[in-house]
Formats: sequence, structure tokens, C-alpha cells
Amino acid sequence: MTTIGRSTTKIDSYTKVTGKAKYADDLKLPRMAYGRILRSTEAHALLKRVDVARARALPGVLDVFTAADMPHTFGIMPTTQDEYPFALDKVRYVGEPIAAVCAVDEETAEEALSLIEVEYEPLPVITTIEDALAREDVKIHDYTKRGNIMKEVHLTFGDMDEGFAEADLVREDTFFFEGTTHAPMEEHACVADCAADGKITLWTSTQTPHYVHREIGRTLGVPLSRLRIIVPPVGGGFGGKCEPFAHDFAACLFALRHGRPVKFTLTREEVFYCHRGRHPVKMLLKTGVKQDGTITAVHLQTFLDGGAYASYGLATVYYTGALLTVTYKIPRYKFDGMRLYTNKPACGPKRGHGSTQPRYAFECQLDKIAEQLGLDPAAYRRQIAIEPYSTTVNGLRVTTCGLVECVDKVVAASDWERRRHHMPTGRGLGFAVSSYVTGAGKAIYWNDMPHSGVIVKIDRGGGVAVLCGSSDIGQGSDTMLAQVVAQELGVDILDIRVHAGDTDLTPVDLGSYSSRVTFMAGNAARAASQKLRALLFAAASELLGEPADALSAADGQIGVEGNATKSVSFVEAAQKAEATHGTLSAVGSYTPPQLGGGFKGAGVGISPAYSYTACVAEVSVDPETYDLRVEKLWVAHDCGRALNPVVVEGQIEGSAYMGFGEATLEESAFRKGLHKIPSLLDYKLPTIYDTPEIVALLVETNDQEGPYGAKEAGEGPLNPIIPAIANAVYAAIGARVDSTPITPDKIARALKDRNAPPKARDGRLRERPAPVPTHA
Amino acid sequence: MAKQWTKQLMTLHVNGETLEVAASPTHTLLEVLREELDLTGVKHGCELGHCGACAVLVDGVPMLSCLMLAVEAQDSTITTVEGLAQDNTLHPLQQAFAERGAAQCGYCTPGFLISGVALLEHNTQPTRAEIREALAGNLCRCTGYTKIIEAVELAAERMRGA
Repeated sequence: MTTIGRSTTKIDSYTKVTGKAKYADDLKLPRMAYGRILRSTEAHALLKRVDVARARALPGVLDVFTAADMPHTFGIMPTTQDEYPFALDKVRYVGEPIAAVCAVDEETAEEALSLIEVEYEPLPVITTIEDALAREDVKIHDYTKRGNIMKEVHLTFGDMDEGFAEADLVREDTFFFEGTTHAPMEEHACVADCAADGKITLWTSTQTPHYVHREIGRTLGVPLSRLRIIVPPVGGGFGGKCEPFAHDFAACLFALRHGRPVKFTLTREEVFYCHRGRHPVKMLLKTGVKQDGTITAVHLQTFLDGGAYASYGLATVYYTGALLTVTYKIPRYKFDGMRLYTNKPACGPKRGHGSTQPRYAFECQLDKIAEQLGLDPAAYRRQIAIEPYSTTVNGLRVTTCGLVECVDKVVAASDWERRRHHMPTGRGLGFAVSSYVTGAGKAIYWNDMPHSGVIVKIDRGGGVAVLCGSSDIGQGSDTMLAQVVAQELGVDILDIRVHAGDTDLTPVDLGSYSSRVTFMAGNAARAASQKLRALLFAAASELLGEPADALSAADGQIGVEGNATKSVSFVEAAQKAEATHGTLSAVGSYTPPQLGGGFKGAGVGISPAYSYTACVAEVSVDPETYDLRVEKLWVAHDCGRALNPVVVEGQIEGSAYMGFGEATLEESAFRKGLHKIPSLLDYKLPTIYDTPEIVALLVETNDQEGPYGAKEAGEGPLNPIIPAIANAVYAAIGARVDSTPITPDKIARALKDRNAPPKARDGRLRERPAPVPTHA
Repeated sequence: MAKQWTKQLMTLHVNGETLEVAASPTHTLLEVLREELDLTGVKHGCELGHCGACAVLVDGVPMLSCLMLAVEAQDSTITTVEGLAQDNTLHPLQQAFAERGAAQCGYCTPGFLISGVALLEHNTQPTRAEIREALAGNLCRCTGYTKIIEAVELAAERMRGA
């Protein structure tokens, strides 16, 4: 029986439904100490004095760390390492780590925090994009060349003047996408231990054990050969656990110094300060189209509110520009992006990394264009859809593309064409599409090594071990690996044990980000398994007297298909193969092809394949309270091939849910640098009551480079949800809300202003002289 | 060491066992279950009563163990996620969660199972509205709740057939 393409029960389900799965905070080691972190209460201030003497003197306190103990910067992107594990001479956001206490228990550690004396010299606080640009006198980081601009990007592809001159309609719109956070249900936690040999082991809740390995080793000056990162089951990530954090550094240093284990578990409030969530982005979007809707040129400007540190921001700013071109035929494109420092927790990657915000803007603008031209929004997208096997104007190679099929599926499922003009008052249907990378084409530190490696080892008893550096954050990557190996070797999935995310034992996989694991680790697992299968088939061939190419493997047997007498068990074949070749194991790895244009910035957006999604949203708006209710979401997603349909549906539904939350409820709100709502009660993540019915529809295009045809499904389906809801709101009330989240107060204002359009809230940005473009 | 309350001996009836445990009277049931009894299947997502991850059955009723002192639970029967399977056979709801992919990261799962089992104990024919009401105190960030609702329906169907 084949495993691929079947809704196989995830292999970690049994431990998860019985409470046996051990997450980081569930680990307990003998003599374990407990750590707590002191965080800044100021949004921007010089640290005049940090006195830990009284904390250190408290009985039960084992050690206290400050910047003096690890005065080296770290940063996930090699060129923007601007952050200290603990603030050195300046704090830049409320919640920034200043010191850590390790004590015999949590109460003692907590009390010791209150004994640390911190003297601040407050500095002016910058919390908005406008202020970050205007207040050049206040520099959050000294190194920035101009004001608080962390990074500027200017790219032009084609003659924009010609493009806009050719257009019959040129639309210019301004959009704002509010920042949001991941809010995984598991708070960050880690345990570190070390013996007298100086070898450190860190169990930490992370999506990227390899990057954490590199960064902790480099920052603490510990050889990577003596640092081991193990990923326990991770209770959700969504992009928020892609970097090392202060607690990881402090735990490792404590273990190294004291030779005893320590655990750090963050509170929910602290998770909001770790953040690395969705960047708030202001977008100016100018699009030219012919009378029939054909796009002649697109100019996108993005201004990212990056928070206090770089995090992945260098990639994020490029991502706001890179993926806009992947859905439609766009002959000319100009992108100006800018990321700014502000005195708030650092933003970083969140599901859809950097592509979510401009996709929202573009799909809303195309909805306006379709209306102006009298086109059906869905038919219009179909008409301008990018061709499979084409190259975008910014040099991205598109292979399989199921965009048109996705459009057709949601249109049919929602009865779009018939219903959209016959909705009752206050009710509307909206449409949008999107595309996303199936794995970043480059590692965050550029190198020529594989992006993913897998070792498969066969025991002479028939058990199969799969070793991979990947991190299962709930998306099902361990199960995917087991399915691939089970498929190739013809064994039951329960005969396979997956050992993932252990930098000592498993070959490198770059991590669970950019929707890369199924494609890259899946290909690596398949390559390793196929090497072993060749040995097994050779052994079976010898035992059966049949040519190896006549054999197949299934149900724990290797033999001639349809001939029960001509088969041997997997175990017999394995033992024969081991007798012939020695211990049975094989490695496989995956390196993406060389892709992309030759310009600076061409490394972001490239991917071996792109997924495609279309969404129809149905909403209703209460005529009195303006309460917005999303009634139903239809989401069709081109995942290449669904290796495990129930898991793929789960990724689509979870993405749709998260997009729905960002469209209508969620926002990272600050007042004078203070997070206003750092709790799960006030930060309004949708409950089961809020969440609409979600219909997940699978489109399979069988990508020739993906394992068994698979592409990604974990992030892409989020992107069209937000504009589809925004467009549905317009259909329902006849007024546009061009910022997220779409809340009742904004709807009320939009209705009030319907006949007198409000002044652009970004007037100041518009007046900025256009930067000199870099022609590519 | 910080000034602490003297530990107090308490008797808890957990998952069919009667256990004596010495713990601070200020500690919540969540803390005592996890830290003293190693029942780490009981999760925490906020320790403020917002997320539902720490739900346990107290005399058959789902309660947030982060909002309850352990000493308060001494006369009650407590069931945690570890107590749902009998002799290594999964409760129908656990089985349905596994099959339907209702546990993605799995961190909210124990709380949902507790709330769901409490519902199914007295209603094996719940409507979607009743399912939503029963699970409204539990937050999930992975699934969009879709597969969770489907799993409750599947378990209910099987429990009716049994």
C-alpha cells in the first residue's frame, strides 16, 4: 500500500494526545536550576548603571548575568548583527533583556530580579514610521547612515515611464498593514546542561536548530563541536522561534560555568516582547493597466516599521518587493523598500514573511481596478494570471502554476458568479489570490552546502531510523519524512522512527521557515532511501533469482508484483544486504538549483517552486454596530501534490484562520513604546466562536522538482485571506477600509467618509523625493 | 533563599490514584500537577486563565488548573490528559484527534481533550453550536479549529455506536 497521498495519522499524534510529548518546559533534570530575566521598563534609554550585587547576595541565587558576561553582538542575518543577548549600554524597547538570574527555584529567581538596580537615562522614544524618518536627531542605532533607516532597497525592472504612458488607467493607493504577532500556544522555553568536559547541550523550542547552533556558538565563543542543540516537540512557531533568544544564551553560559542544568521558561507577557512578528508596513502602490485590464507597470513602495533590532528584517524588506510579481503577467516593475528602526520589540518573520502585506495591498487595488473597468474580479485574475514555466520581470523562475485551477475551484465552490450580485444588504463576497515560495533559494548565510540532509539507517530487525536536522513545529515534518521513507522502502510507517532536530546526531536541515521542509528534506529523504532500496533490491534479486528491476517494495515485502511466491520480507532482504554490504545506512541531501537574476537583492524571492492560492470570503456587517463577521472562507491551494491530504488541509485551515485573525482582530498595539495588550485575553487571537467555516480545496500540479510533486502548504494559504476579506467588506458596505485590522470603528469611519474620501494618512511619505533607482 | 511558605502535605486524587504530596499552599493545581507529580501533559500557555491549555477535570467538570490552588482540589477527583486512556487504549476522542490531524503542534491538545471529553460524557450527539460552546475556553493557534470540531464529531459518532 502506498503511503504518499494518503491521510496517514501523524506519527507524533500518539504522544501528543496522551500528554506524553515532552516539550522544552516539560523537561526536568537532577539539580536543575531555574532562570528568570529582567527586562527593560524603558523604551529608549541609556543604561547608566546595572547593579546586581544585592541579587547575587540573595541566598539561593546561583548566578546573575548581564551584558558584561556576553558582550558580543548577535543577529540572525550575518550582515546585521546589531543585538546583544543582554543590553550593553542602551535599551531600545520595553521588554529588552538586561539581566538574568539563575537560582534554586523560580520564586528565588523572581525575588532576585526585584533586587537588581537599574538606572536609566531616558532618550526620546520613536514608535512610528513617520517619526523614525522625521527625527534624524534621534538615532536608535549609531551605525545607521541616515536617521533610523536600517535598510533601503531600490530596484527597477523595465522602463516605468513607458509602462505608465501605455496605461489607460493608473491607480495610486495607500495601504497600511498593522503589525501582528505569532502567539504560539507554547511560550519559549529551554533547558541547558553541561558536564566538566565543557560540552553543552541545549534543549530549546526553536524552528531553526542549525542557526541557533551557529549563533550561540559564535556569540559565546564556544566551539560548535562542543555545543549540541536538541529540539523537543515545539508548541507552535509561525516564525517566532527562528532565532536564539537571551534565555538560550544565559542557559548555555550557566550550564558551562556551573556544570549543572538550568531551565528558562518565559511568561506569556515575555513572549510578546520576544515578538519577531509581522512588520507594520505602509505601502504606496501605483499600477497601470490597459482598458482590458492588462497590467503595463507596477510601482510599489514599502515602509517597514522594524522595531528595535534587525532580526530577519534585511530579508523582510526585500520580501515585501520580491513576490508581488509571481502571480500575474507584469512587464515592468519598480520596488522601493525601506525598513526603519523604532523603539518597539523587533519584528521578523511571520507566516508569509514580508509577502503578506504587499499582497494584501495589491489584491485590494486590483479589486478597485476590476470595478473601475467593469470586470469580474475572479475572471480578471484568471485573465492576467502568470503562465506556468515562465520567468517574472524580476528574474524569478516559475515552474508549475495552478493559479487558474485555484481560481476556478473557489469560484465554483462558493457559487461566486451567481451569488456575488445577489447578496443581501450588509453581506458581500470578496476575492483574492496569492503565491508563496517553497523554500528560500538561499540560506541566510550564503554557502554552497546542501540545505537539507537526511540519514536513513536500517536495523537488521527491520526497524528504520530516519535522522534529519528539521524541526517539527506541528506542521508534520516528522511524519512527512516517515512517509517518504516508508514509500521508498515499502515498510509500514510504524516501523520507522524519526529522530529530528539534534545537531549532534542529525545532518543539517536549515529549519522550519520559508515553507521549505517538505520540498527540501523530502527530497533528501527520498534520495537517501533510494540508495538503500537499490541495495535491498539487489539482495532480494539474489534471493529470488529475479532481476532487480522487476521488483517492487510494499507492505514489508520485496518481490515481483502480483506474484506472492516471488517475494521476500523486508527483514530478509535487509539481512542479506547487510551481510553483503555491511551496516545499512545511506545519506541524501538537497541543494536548490542556482536561480535568480544577477542584481543585488536577487537572492530573496528565489525558490525551487511557488505555491498558488485563491480565496473567496463571505462576510456580513451589522448595520447598527458595524460588527464584521466572516461567515465562510473558501480556499483553494496548489500544493503541487498533497503527500498527506489531511495534514495539508490542516495547514490551509490554520493559515486561513491566522489570516482571518489578522484581517479582523489582531494588532500589536503600543502606547509610548509600551505594549498595550501583551496577553492572550487582550491580544485578540480568534476563538472557536470567532473563526468562520473554512473550506480547504486541494489543487495538485505535480511539480517535477518536488518530492512526488509536492510544493508548500504551510504559509501561502494565509496571504489571499486578508485581501479577500477586505474586498468582501467593500462588497458588503460599499466603502473601503484600506488598513488592517478591519474593525467596527474603521468601518464606521469608512461609511461616514464614503462620499468625502479621507485625506491620505501618509501624506508626509508621499512628499518624500523619490530615491535614485538602481537599474537591474 | 527567598522567604517561602512552608510546604504543606496534601492528598490529591488524580487519575484514579490517591497521592500524598508536599507543596506550598500558594501553588496552583497546575504547578503541583506538573512540578510535584510530573504530570506534564497538563500544559500552560498563560497562567492567567486565558488559553485553556491547563484544563483538567475536577469532579468531571473542566477547570483551569492555573486558577485553582492545589489545596482546594484535595477533596475532588482530578483527571488529567494522562488519565484519559485506559490500559493504553485511547479514549475515542484521543483516537479521533490523532486520525483527523486535530493535534498539530499538540500544545493545546490536552486542554481541548479535557473540554471535549467533558462534553461527550453527557452528550454524544452534540450540535456544532454545542461543540463550539464546550470548547470556547480553549485557544488553538494551529488548526483554525476545523479539524478539532471534526474530531469531536467523529468521536461522538463512534461513542454512539459503541
